[in-house]
Amino acid sequence: MAHIPIREGLAGITGLLEYRLDSAKPIRELTQTLMRGDSPLSFAERELIATYVSFLNECTFCTKAHEATAQVLFEDDTIIDSVKWNFNKAPISDKLKSLLIIAQKIQQSGKSVTVNDIELSKNFGATDIEIHDTVLISSLFCLYNRYVDGLASWTPEDDGFYKKLAERLVSQGYTGTTEPIVHSE
Amino acid sequence: MAHISTQADLPGIRSLFTFRPETAKPMQELAHVLLHSDSTLTPGEREIIATFVSSRNECVFCTLSHAAAARAHLKDDASIVDDVLQSGSSALLSDKLKALLIIAGKVQKGGRIVTDEDVAAAKNLGATDMEIHDTVLIAAAFSMFNRYVDGLASFTPQNPSDYVEMGEKMALMGYFSPSK
Repeated sequence: MAHIPIREGLAGITGLLEYRLDSAKPIRELTQTLMRGDSPLSFAERELIATYVSFLNECTFCTKAHEATAQVLFEDDTIIDSVKWNFNKAPISDKLKSLLIIAQKIQQSGKSVTVNDIELSKNFGATDIEIHDTVLISSLFCLYNRYVDGLASWTPEDDGFYKKLAERLVSQGYTGTTEPIVHSE
Repeated sequence: MAHISTQADLPGIRSLFTFRPETAKPMQELAHVLLHSDSTLTPGEREIIATFVSSRNECVFCTLSHAAAARAHLKDDASIVDDVLQSGSSALLSDKLKALLIIAGKVQKGGRIVTDEDVAAAKNLGATDMEIHDTVLIAAAFSMFNRYVDGLASFTPQNPSDYVEMGEKMALMGYFSPSK
């Protein structure tokens, strides 16, 4: 059970966003800008970074939600698994691998990102904006993962829920409805 | 030197806000809502939580700037800030805030380690659901801000005296960009 009274039927972050609307507004706007705004990184790549950081933080709700979203955007069900297992061997670009190294460091601490990490990424063609966005997406998910788990919000176990949620995040982005997702297997 | 081409004369998060104004706006609004808007936690208490989490994350810019803002709010009780930086708590804090700092300290490490007992302890000492929510979200938000500032190696003045005026402005005006 969640640590605070959340409206029944609202899973994970959605119940928290409804619990306090004035803090939800900038969080949702920031997420929409970072995940769906102008950026040289594709939506799928951004969702992959969000999934990987959430996975490292062991936040089940965020990992499953963004994994399902990335799978839709990549049109591939296997890339995320291979990234979680060992991203160096995953079928992704060298640039994205180098950005995942930065994301992995950010998950531990901002201070662990080194000049060498940044140089590697720039050598593979990453721009300042891509590095900035990778750092900020990773940092934002360190917020989300702590918010969701720190208040013990409800984490559905049924994969069907996350498929429906992914459809919503692909079609509406992050400033759409927060109404409960009705799903059945 | 910062990892990306930011304006060199601006410190910490300000240089990052100028680099990407689209993301700056909601981040400033979030900080303002959490630390400066109406709440049953005083602005000084909220700045103490922000300072504590930033110090645990070893983010010098956020620690020194929010410590300065907390001191500006707390005035005669400013020594609380030094206590919290030293030991994570202070004899001068209310029992409720001590319990909330324990929750904040856990959130800094990972959301999953906050227990039912931690939350019950805070509630028994008078913390409301909203205060628990806000404590968790402030701690989570600073887990973001700290990583953003240090992950891009933004310019960090090292002397606490460089932050006094900044902290006074933060305490007085909050976090919306003054240019707007």
